Amino acid sequence: MSFVAAFTALPMDSLQERARTATRADVARARAASRLSLADFATLISPAAAGDLEALCRRSQAVTRQRFGRVIRLFAPLYVSNECINNCAYCGFSRDNPILRVTLNIPEVVREARALADQGFRNLLLVAGEHPKFVAAGYLTQCVAALHEFIPSLSLEVGPMETADYRPLVQAGAEGLVVYQETYDRTGYEEMHTAGPKRDFDWRLECPERAYAAGFRRLGIGALFGLGDWQREALAVAAHAEYLMKHCWKAQLTVSLPRLRPCAGEFQPRTPLGDRELVQLIAALRLFLPDVGLVLSTREPAGLRDGLFPLGITHASAGSHTEPGGYTGAGKDTVHHTVRGRIQELTEASGAKLPGAGRQTAATGQFEIADERSPEEIARLLRQLGYEPVWKDWDAALTA
Amino acid sequence: MSELVIAGRRFTSRLFLGTGKFPSPESMRSALAASGTEMVTVALRRADLTGRKDPFANILEFIDPSRYLLLPNTSGAMTAEEAVRLARLAHAAGLPKWVKLEIHPDPRYLLPDPIETLLAAEQLVREGFVVLPYINADPVLAKRLQEVGTAAVMPLGSPIGSHRGLQTRDQLQIIIEQAIVPVVIDAGIGAPSHAAEALELGADAVLVNTAIAVASDPDRMAAAFRQAVEAGRTAFELGLVPATRGASPTSPLTGFLDGPAA
Repeated sequence: MSFVAAFTALPMDSLQERARTATRADVARARAASRLSLADFATLISPAAAGDLEALCRRSQAVTRQRFGRVIRLFAPLYVSNECINNCAYCGFSRDNPILRVTLNIPEVVREARALADQGFRNLLLVAGEHPKFVAAGYLTQCVAALHEFIPSLSLEVGPMETADYRPLVQAGAEGLVVYQETYDRTGYEEMHTAGPKRDFDWRLECPERAYAAGFRRLGIGALFGLGDWQREALAVAAHAEYLMKHCWKAQLTVSLPRLRPCAGEFQPRTPLGDRELVQLIAALRLFLPDVGLVLSTREPAGLRDGLFPLGITHASAGSHTEPGGYTGAGKDTVHHTVRGRIQELTEASGAKLPGAGRQTAATGQFEIADERSPEEIARLLRQLGYEPVWKDWDAALTA
Repeated sequence: MSELVIAGRRFTSRLFLGTGKFPSPESMRSALAASGTEMVTVALRRADLTGRKDPFANILEFIDPSRYLLLPNTSGAMTAEEAVRLARLAHAAGLPKWVKLEIHPDPRYLLPDPIETLLAAEQLVREGFVVLPYINADPVLAKRLQEVGTAAVMPLGSPIGSHRGLQTRDQLQIIIEQAIVPVVIDAGIGAPSHAAEALELGADAVLVNTAIAVASDPDRMAAAFRQAVEAGRTAFELGLVPATRGASPTSPLTGFLDGPAA
């Protein structure tokens, strides 16, 4: 039985009702429980529990420090391609968006990774749009193989694949696989994914299990907050995490709570998750799953990040770029438009410089980042907060 | 307090320290000094093993090898093969040929895999490593490991970082009773009283990490553990008076029988 069956059987409506209408007495019971149930988690994300926010955060901090210590692991995303065959209402890379696209070649990927390694990163997340023509499994395997020698920890955030296609990536040295369900609401999912293989909700939902079967040691999941009712999304992602921790018991699991950012396509969040609610969600998730890694990206602005780091965060990105070539300018001379899977050279009409000599146009990013501080600044800040910024937490010998 | 000897090396301190979870490498270094420890374990995955002196993975530079025996650990390994590979790499990088063998495939409770641990121990002992395996408190596994030639056994009191103390007390007592090598209680020790209890029980040493690393003042907590370990060991060496249920009067009723009038 995969999570699809478990998810279908979940009493989502009654859990959501609990998250809306829990009483102070429910909150007191949930806070006293030594091990929380999913219903307790629903209680802790309710408006009734918002009154206990400070106490919840204190407990979340204590639990996180005991389990993970006073350390925060740093990583950076490395976008290798922004080609995509999907249309997703909220994503800048959607195939119908007339953005500037590029797929970095292997030497360019290495150049980007070296620039990140020079800044300290020993843990990179390779990100690509989903496009079998430009981003084939063989290409990603080549990327991993080329980086593994100097980047001990490599994870991927790419289009879902079959288990058999994941195996060569693991063998080449990749240890983590990240896939966000985006929204766990089937109806909303259908509305927002209008074209491409991503339309298949279940195929995506089962992806972490296929990755685990192929040997990935770290799994990352998440929901993109802003697409559906935040409490319902939170309940689903918590249930998914709990399921994966039981069934993929050897994998280290991380959960991300990204909130929708401005991007090409001008999609507006349907039901935004506010700052106070985000804080409450982080604390509730930590208390429900004390051992899960919680990831904080540069989608959030600096001031908010500074406050969130000590509340339960274990992994953070820093100095991120969401456009391929963003760290070094790699790939600028091959930037193009893609129309129906075909490359179209840039022309004057397309608003960019003419092809040929001197063309220096950057590809378009997936979304705007909000915390633009350098990795060095983030590391300094973490030290000030009493945390050791950890760059290397994995050795290539383990996955050789 | 008597000396502890492991694989021919003498230790005055019976408190070993882990190096993870500290708020900074400086605070780790300072706590090591305050603890009086002479054996310090480091996760190889955190260290630079390439010899390039990586400034972003420089934890080893904060541990003085003339002061502490550096005990590399294989945390992160999920199989015997991975643990053996990591130990070899550490030795090739110039680290001591000692290894704290940790194979925990479950990232949640970090409980050790007994089968892979035994396989790896066998191989590493064959290759001349001094092997200190982290195990669940399983007396039979402890004996099997001693048979293959490990230099100590390191059973857990409760899961790593749980601070729950000696939940496995009955099994630990059997392991200690049957041991022909030193027994180091390795995990779950969250309070100085837990450490004292382990030493009173007859454990040869304890390894502490989280309780010191995440304390509000790691130096003072390290010193508290040092005192507890010394107290527990001294009491063990003196022999604790067995506890009884009832009171035992200092002037017994039959005392007159021993008096001069009798």
